[in-house]
Amino acid sequence: MSILETDKLTKYFGETHAVDHVDFTVTEGEVLALIGSNGAGKTTLVNLISGLVPPDSGTILFQGADITAASIHKKIGLGIARSFQLVNLFDQLTTLDNVALALFSRDGKTRKLLTLSDADTAVRDEAVGILQQFGLDARARMVAGGLSQGERKLLDVAVAYALRPKLLFLDEPTSGVSTREKAPIMDIITSVVRSGKITAVIIEHDMDVVFTYCPRIVAMHQGAILADGTPEQIRNNEQVTANLLGTQTHP
Amino acid sequence: MNAFPAPPRRVTITALLALLALLLVPFAVPPYQTVLLSYGLVFAIAALGFNLLLGYTGLLSFGHSAYFGVGAYAVAFIVKYLKIESMEVFIVGGILASALVAALFGFLCVRYIRIFFGILTLALSQVLWSLTYKFFWYTGGSDGLRVPTPHLLGGAIRMATGAAEDKLGFLSHSYYYYVLAFFVICVAVMWVIVHSPFGKALQAIRDNETRAEFVGVQVWRYRWVAFVISGVFTGLAGALWVPLNGLTTPDIMHWTFSGEMVFFTVLGGFQTFFGPVIGAIVFNYLKTFAVGYTVYWQMFLGVVLVVLVLVLPSGIVGTANRLALRLRRAPAT
Amino acid sequence: MDTLLIHILNSLLYASVLFLIAGGLSLIYGVMRIVNMAHGNLYAFGAYTSAWAVGRVLGNAPSASPALYALLPVGAVAAAGLGALLEPTLLRPLYKRAEEYQLLITFGLLLILEDLMRLIWGPYPLSVSALYEGLGSLSIGESIYPTYNLAVIVVGGAAAAGLWAFVYRTQFGVVLRATSQNMRMASALGVNVNRVYVQAFTLGCFMAGLGGAIVVPQQGAVLGMGPDALILAFVVVVIGGLGSLEGALIGALMVGVVRELGITFFPEIELAVLYLMAAIVLLIRPAGLLGRA
Repeated sequence: MSILETDKLTKYFGETHAVDHVDFTVTEGEVLALIGSNGAGKTTLVNLISGLVPPDSGTILFQGADITAASIHKKIGLGIARSFQLVNLFDQLTTLDNVALALFSRDGKTRKLLTLSDADTAVRDEAVGILQQFGLDARARMVAGGLSQGERKLLDVAVAYALRPKLLFLDEPTSGVSTREKAPIMDIITSVVRSGKITAVIIEHDMDVVFTYCPRIVAMHQGAILADGTPEQIRNNEQVTANLLGTQTHP
Repeated sequence: MNAFPAPPRRVTITALLALLALLLVPFAVPPYQTVLLSYGLVFAIAALGFNLLLGYTGLLSFGHSAYFGVGAYAVAFIVKYLKIESMEVFIVGGILASALVAALFGFLCVRYIRIFFGILTLALSQVLWSLTYKFFWYTGGSDGLRVPTPHLLGGAIRMATGAAEDKLGFLSHSYYYYVLAFFVICVAVMWVIVHSPFGKALQAIRDNETRAEFVGVQVWRYRWVAFVISGVFTGLAGALWVPLNGLTTPDIMHWTFSGEMVFFTVLGGFQTFFGPVIGAIVFNYLKTFAVGYTVYWQMFLGVVLVVLVLVLPSGIVGTANRLALRLRRAPAT
Repeated sequence: MDTLLIHILNSLLYASVLFLIAGGLSLIYGVMRIVNMAHGNLYAFGAYTSAWAVGRVLGNAPSASPALYALLPVGAVAAAGLGALLEPTLLRPLYKRAEEYQLLITFGLLLILEDLMRLIWGPYPLSVSALYEGLGSLSIGESIYPTYNLAVIVVGGAAAAGLWAFVYRTQFGVVLRATSQNMRMASALGVNVNRVYVQAFTLGCFMAGLGGAIVVPQQGAVLGMGPDALILAFVVVVIGGLGSLEGALIGALMVGVVRELGITFFPEIELAVLYLMAAIVLLIRPAGLLGRA
C-alpha cells in the first residue's frame, strides 16, 4: 500500500531543475534512505512534500488524497512530519516544553489560553515518555539552547515524532555529529520508528548509516531519481558509484 | 539565558510581599505620591500587554500608543456622547474599542514579515494620531477632551464633592485601590496566559516560526490573537489612565508615547514576566523627575536605550536575576 | 490641461524625494537585512545641514549665487558621514543577535537624533527659500510653476539612473549584489563583508541625506520631519517591495500620484488614503509588488 506518491513533481529555482519531474513512491511502513550529492534535489523534494516550498508542477498524493496545494498545517494534520538538517528547535523553551508543545498542538490544545500548561499531566507524562525513548529525559528541564549538538539532533527528531505522524521525513539526522554518536542516534530513531509503525524517509550522506539502517535506498542526481533498490543493488549500481561515491568521508 | 529557569516559589513570595507593600501605600505616603504610583501601575498594565507581543511572541511594536489612546478616547466619548460617568462602563468601552482596533491593525500587521512589523505598527498608529488631531469636532483636536472623575462600582463609591482636596483624596484612596485591583487581576490573567499552552505556542513562534508552523501552529493566526490580547490590555490601561489625568489629548496616540512603552519594557527586561512591570514603574518616576531638569528628555531616553541594548540587554529584572543566580552558585565553588 | 501637467509634475517631485529616501532604506535592507528606524532622521539631518550651510554662506544676502546650489548636497555628505560612523559602532555589534536589538538600537538613535537636531539648530524651522526662488518660475499654460521643482525632478531622475548604473554596472555593485544575495558565500569568496556593509549603509544614508538636501529649499527643515519621512518611505517600500530599487521607484511614483490626488481631493485624510493603498497592497501581496522577503 503506497502511503505517498508523487507524479512528475517539479521545482525550478531560476534555471536550475532542483526537482525534475520526479515520480517517487513510498510504501507504508517502510524505512528508506534518500541519498545523493549536494544539490541532487533530496532536500528540495522533502521541502516540496512537507510544504515548505510550493511545487511548480506535478502532484503529491498522500494515502490517495491530493495534497499538492495543501497548507503545512493541513499536512501536519494528515500525519506528515519532518525534522531538519540544520536543527530547528525552540531554543528558549525547555527540552520538555519543546516536545510538550508538539503534543499540545497535535491535540488541538494550543488554543487554550486560560489554563496552565503544567496542569496538563497527560501531556506532561507523554512528553516525559517520549524524552525517555530518545534518552533525553535527564535534560527535560534544561533549556533547549543548552543541549549538546547530538542531543539537539535527537530533540529535533523527537519533536517531529511527538506529532505521531504516519510519514516522517528526517533530514540528515546524524549530520554534524561525531562518528561514534551516529549509531546510537540511528538506533533510537529506528527503534522509535519501528515501534510507532511510522513510515520513515531519511536523507543521509553517511553511506555506512544508509547501508546499515535502510532496507531501501533511493538515489537522486541533478533533480531526478537515479536508482532505487536494496543496499546490494545500490552498491552494485555503476551510475550511483560514479556520481555519489565522491561524498564518502571515510578513508 | 539561564540554563535552568528560576523556581516559582521565590517569585510568589516576592510578589506577595510586593502586593502587601502596595496595599499599604496610601497609609504610608502623601496623596500625591499615591497618585503618582497609580500612573505607574497603569503603565505597568500597558507594559504587560506590550510584552506579550515582544517578550513572548517576538514582535516589537512601535505603535502601541494607538490602543492606549483608543482606550482613553473611548472613555472620553462615553462621557461626551453618552453622558455616562460610570467607571465600569468606561472599562468595558475601553476594552471593546481597543479590541476592535487591535483586531483590525493586527490583521494588517501580522501578515507582513517580522522585521517590518515595527514600522508598520508605527505607521498605523500615526494615522490614528493624525485622524484624532484633525477631526477636532469629535475629538477636541489638540485641546483634547475633559473627563470628569467617574464613580466606581456602579455609583457605590464616588467623590464626596468636586472640590480639589476631595478629588485628590478620592484618587489617592478609592481610585488607587480600584487601579491596584485591576493591576493584580491583569498580572494574574497575563501570568496564566503566558504559562498556558497558547503561551507556549507563542514562545515557540518567537523562537522559531518555521518549526512552529511544522508543529502545526498556524503562526499568523496566533500572532493575531496575541496582538488583540496585547491591544486590549493596553486599551484597558488607557481607560484607567483617563480619570487620573482628567483629560485625554492626541499626544498619547503619538509615536513618542509608543517609544516610551518600548523603553520601559526594555528597561525592566523584556525577557522576564515582571521586568516590564518594574520598568514601567521605575520609568514613571524617572520621567517625573527628569522632565523637570531637561527639555532633551528624548535624547536621554535614546542614550539609555542604546546603552541598555549594548550593555544590559536583559534590563533591570533580567540582570538582577542573573546576579542572583551567580550569587546562589558561588558557595558551591 | 495645464492643471494636469502641474499635478503630474508635483507627483514626480514628491516621487523624486521619496525615491531617494525609500531607495536608501531598501538598499540597506537588501544588502544588510536591517531596518534602520532612524533612516528618516538622516534625511532630516541632511536637510538641516544643507539649510544651515547655505544659510551661513548666504548670510543676509537676498539673492542666491549659482555656487550655493553646488553647496546644497553638503547635507548628503554629512548624512553619509554620520552613517559611516554609526554602522561600525552601533550596528555591527548586533548582527549576531536577534533582530529586535537592531530595531531597538536604531529606535534609540531616532530619539537621540531628534533631540540632537533640536539641540544644534533650535526648535524653529530653518529655511533657505532664497534658493527656492532663485531659479524663478516657468509658465505652464496659465499657471506659473517653480523651476526649482523641475530641478528636483531632474536630480531625482539622475539619482535613479546613477544608482541603477552603480548597482548594475560597477564592480562595487557586483560585490554589493553578491553580498545581498548570499552573505556567507560572498565572504567565502573573499569579499570583506564588513567593508561592504559600511559602504552600503553609507550609500543608503547618502541617499536619504540627498533627499533632505534637495527638498529643503522648498520645504525648509523642521523638527519631526524625520519620523514622518520614515513612515512615507515605508509606505513606498511596502508597495514596491523590500530590497528592490525598482520597487522603490515604482512605489515612489505611486505614492507621489496618490498623494497628489489626495491633497487635491481629500486634503483632510490624505495620509489615511496612502495607508489604505498600502494596506490593500499588503493584503494582496505581502511581499510588495516587486519584493523579495
